[in-house]
Amino acid sequence: MRERRRVVVTGIGVLTPIGNDIESFWSSLMAGRSGAGPITRFDPSGMRCRIAAEVKDYHAEDHFERRELRRIDAYSQYFLVAARQAMKDSGLAFLPDDEAAARAGVMVGAGFGGMEAFIEEIRVLDTRGPDRVSPTGIPKIIANMAAGLASIEHHLLGPVSCVVTACSASANAIGDAAEIIRRGAADVMLAGGAEAAITDYAVASFGQSRALSTRNEDPTRASRPFDAGRDGFVMGEGGGALVLEERERATARGATIYAEFGGYGMSADAYHITLPRPGGAGAARAMKAAMADAGIRPADVGYINAHGTSTEANDATETAAIKIALGEHAYRVPVSSTKSMTGHVLGGAGAVEAIAAILAMMRGKLPPTINYEVADPECDLDYVPNQPREANVDWVMSNSFGFGGHNVALVFTRPS
Amino acid sequence: MDHADIESRLRDVLVSELGLDAAKINLEANFEQDLDVDSLGVVELLMAMEDEFGVKIPDEEAEHIHTVGEAVDLVHTKLNS
Repeated sequence: MRERRRVVVTGIGVLTPIGNDIESFWSSLMAGRSGAGPITRFDPSGMRCRIAAEVKDYHAEDHFERRELRRIDAYSQYFLVAARQAMKDSGLAFLPDDEAAARAGVMVGAGFGGMEAFIEEIRVLDTRGPDRVSPTGIPKIIANMAAGLASIEHHLLGPVSCVVTACSASANAIGDAAEIIRRGAADVMLAGGAEAAITDYAVASFGQSRALSTRNEDPTRASRPFDAGRDGFVMGEGGGALVLEERERATARGATIYAEFGGYGMSADAYHITLPRPGGAGAARAMKAAMADAGIRPADVGYINAHGTSTEANDATETAAIKIALGEHAYRVPVSSTKSMTGHVLGGAGAVEAIAAILAMMRGKLPPTINYEVADPECDLDYVPNQPREANVDWVMSNSFGFGGHNVALVFTRPS
Repeated sequence: MDHADIESRLRDVLVSELGLDAAKINLEANFEQDLDVDSLGVVELLMAMEDEFGVKIPDEEAEHIHTVGEAVDLVHTKLNS
C-alpha cells in the first residue's frame, strides 16, 4: 500500500473576542482574560441573556473597501481577516495562472453564515417590500461565501467548499481539508471557519432554548466550563484559519511548520436536536476515531482542548466521553476549555480552538479554564483551573460538538 | 430640479451609497466600464436612484442607462413629465 500523504500546518490566523491576531490571542489565553461583556451590537434590554464575547477594536473599513462591505457579511469578513493572517504567515501566495493555484483550495465551516445580512434583509422585505431587498443579500447570506471570497482573494483554484455542522463546523472543515490533501486532490488547503451571530435574533432564540448563561451582572465570570455553577454558554464570534500543506511540499520550500495534522474522527449521537446523548458514547467514538486515525494510544494524548461550552449538559457529557475514550488516562490528561475566555465562537470555534491547542503544544504552555471555582461531581478531571500550566506535550486533541449530534475530534502532533 | 442639481445629488449617492470612486465620476463615465459596476451593482444603482429621487425605473427603461449622463437624463425626464 502506498504510504499516506502527510499534512502539516504552515500558517495560522485568528480574530477572536480576546485578540485580533495570534500574539494578542495567545497573551489573553495565558493571562486568563475573558472577552465577555454586556452586548453592544444591539439593545438586549428585555432579553434573558444580555451578555456576549464580542470581537473588539475591529473596524471593517480597515480591512475592506466600502464597496466590498456592501457585499460581505461580518461572518465572511471574520474568516477573510483570519485567512489573510494565515496565508501571510505561511509565506504562500498564488497567482491566477499558477499551476500550484489549481492544487490549492479552501474549506470553511460555519454554523449559520451571514446571519446579520439575513435578518436585515428580512426586515427590509417586511417593512419596505420586495423591490427594496438588496440584490447582494443572498451572496452575503449563504454560508459558503467565505470560502468563495477567500478563493477569489488568494487565487485558490482547487477544491473550495463549506461545511455547515453547527458548532463542530470548522473542526470538520479542518479535518475534511486534511483529508483532501491526504488523498492527493490538493497540496494546500486554507481551512477554518467563522461566525458573526451576536444578533438580536440568535441571542433571543438561544436564550429561549435556555442554552445561554444569564449571569448578566457578571459577564466575565459567566462562561465557567466544568464548574458546578455553570448555567449556559456565552456567545462569542470571530474566526480562525489554518494553512494545511502536504508535508514534503512544506519541507521542500523550507516553510515554518507549526504542527503535523495527526487524526480526524467524527461520529453522530443520533439522539436529539440539541442535547448530547447522555453518557458520552457518541463523543467518545469521535475521539477514539481520531486517535486511531493518528495511530496513537490514549496515553499519548498530552492535552485536550475541550468543547467545554459551560452548559450543564455538554460539560458533564464531554467529561464522561473523555473517560470512555481515554480510560484511566482521562484522569491524568489536562483538559481545558478556552471558551471560558473566548465565549462560544459557534461555527468558528473548532478552528480557534485547534489553533489554541497547536499553540499550547508549540509553546509548552496549556491555556487554563478560567472561572473554575466549585467542583461538580460529574466533572472530575483536571481542567487546568484558572492558571496556565507549563507542559511538554507531543499530541494534542481538540473536541467540537454541534447541534444535530455532530461530534468531531482533531489530533495534532509536533512536527518531526 | 435641473440637470446640475440631479447630477450633484446623483454623484453624492454614487459615492456615499454605492462607494464608487468620486474622482472617476463624470457625465460620460460608463458605469460598467469606467466605474466597475457589475450586474448586481446596476440593480443597487437603480434602487439608490429610485430612493433618492422618488421615481420608479422599470427594467425596460433601466436597460438604456449606461453612463452617468444617461442616468441624469432619465431622472430629469421623469421628474419633469
